[in-house]
Amino acid sequence: MNSVVKGTGYILVHTPDMIMRNGTTQTTEMIVNPGSEYLKELPNHIRTYDQAVNYYPNQTYIGNMTPAELAAIEGPWYDKPMENAPRYGKFGEIMPEAEFYLLMQTCDVFDLMRLHKDFVAEHLEAFKANPIIDETIVARVNAGVEQDEIEHFVNDEHAEGIYYNDKLVGYLKRAHDVDVNLSAHVMLENIVSKASSVLATLYAVQNAGINKEDVDYIIDCCEEACGDMNQRGGGNFAKATAEIAGLVNASGSDVRGFCAGPAHAIVDAASLVKSGAFKCVIVSAGGCTAKLGMNGKDHVKKGLPILEDVLGGFAIVITENDGVSAEINLDMLGKHSVGTGSAPQAVISALVTQSLDKHGLKITDIDKYSPEMQNPDVTKPAGAGDVPLGNYKMIGALAVKRGEIDKKDLASFPAKHGMMGWAPTQGHIPSGVPYIGFAREEIMRGEIKKAMIIGKGSLFLGRMTNLFDGMSFVMQTNTAAEAQAAAGVSEDEVKVLIGKALKEFAANLIAE
Amino acid sequence: MSLLEGKKVIIIGDRDGIPGDAIAECATSAGAEVIYSSTECFV
Repeated sequence: MNSVVKGTGYILVHTPDMIMRNGTTQTTEMIVNPGSEYLKELPNHIRTYDQAVNYYPNQTYIGNMTPAELAAIEGPWYDKPMENAPRYGKFGEIMPEAEFYLLMQTCDVFDLMRLHKDFVAEHLEAFKANPIIDETIVARVNAGVEQDEIEHFVNDEHAEGIYYNDKLVGYLKRAHDVDVNLSAHVMLENIVSKASSVLATLYAVQNAGINKEDVDYIIDCCEEACGDMNQRGGGNFAKATAEIAGLVNASGSDVRGFCAGPAHAIVDAASLVKSGAFKCVIVSAGGCTAKLGMNGKDHVKKGLPILEDVLGGFAIVITENDGVSAEINLDMLGKHSVGTGSAPQAVISALVTQSLDKHGLKITDIDKYSPEMQNPDVTKPAGAGDVPLGNYKMIGALAVKRGEIDKKDLASFPAKHGMMGWAPTQGHIPSGVPYIGFAREEIMRGEIKKAMIIGKGSLFLGRMTNLFDGMSFVMQTNTAAEAQAAAGVSEDEVKVLIGKALKEFAANLIAE
Repeated sequence: MSLLEGKKVIIIGDRDGIPGDAIAECATSAGAEVIYSSTECFV
């Protein structure tokens, strides 16, 4: 039987201080053009925590609004705050920067990160008050250090400074004197990814209603690499995340594929469960500091706030079929192969129609498509257009070409079979997966029957190949009852046939 | 004579739009010399 999506976790972390100090658009600008107008102007465009929380796309990401409710509000959304929006949602939360620094410190198992003792004292109660942060994590909080120690490591020992409201409140030091793979910069990126993955994983476990001990395996699919000079991408984020999250029975490994990583990882996880190798597998990923403020120059130039001010994270719990949850159908996979080429039409054909044709289905037989779900508020002012809409137009055009919809219906295809994007531009984070939580619910409520999740990856950025990449899979209504019914009928039939055969055999013996 | 005939071109493709390879094919067929072509990702 197919595996199911048992639960999901989606989290954001508001990280205003990391935009300037860890986002590569800004750190590159500091090197090549340190006195630029952009760097001077940027601090005036930073959103407060409340502004980030009151932002409709962020509220959608954590599950307080559905994609349909978001689409009903005309964009752009950055100038239409949702008043008094909550920090917590049904999928996760939007964590403030200070509490995230404490979470980062608890995820550092090599004593690389220390915060000022007053900073720890000021924010510890809020950290402890978060219901998802259990006592094992709280017990890992270090009481903190003096300012002298922080300044020493930042000024003399190549440590990365940890800033809060532009004030130095901690350090994260290098893990080796000469190994660039263990530099403070790399360690900070990796610990950020790990901590945000831990947070998402905790929510996914809670939302799935499983015990931490039930998890057999975890697959991390972020876009960072951890290792040392002798094995640069040795790994593994997955098991490191499981350790802090308390998944004591889990092993794990990392799967990479740029933004397509999550789709590959979910297909892997679903395969492990369907094959019977494991009963419960989590796919998780944390966020990326480098992409903070990535399109900031265009946002500042146009007078907008820096909208790329949050880290993203997600985790998906995949288990044996429970008879009710939405399934992952491994008979309906799409993949971009080496020979597919990079033309947009070829890419979409490989990812969308490949699996449909195998089952004699039409493009319109999929109720909702979730390709790259980037928030258009971020991408449109930067000249990258509305990425989800571009994908929907291409899928719709393919449907027209195949004679499955009339050309006049092309304009309504994106609204009918698609959604407005709501995810932050954190690479792998918006890549198909933001809809999985909603898709699970919509399928279980009977509102839709099939959803296709599509991940696409820019492999050429690694300069090892010019190839593009992609993977798709279909989520669908649970079929366990049908499968069991079918299996039951055939078993009974077999019994009747055997009984009949034995009776005939006995009759023949008597006759002889 | 095409607009690109004899011109040297630098191409930055967009992975969510038209990739560099595809633009390069068009530019070359229009008589341009492709000096540099890459596809970038802005998301």
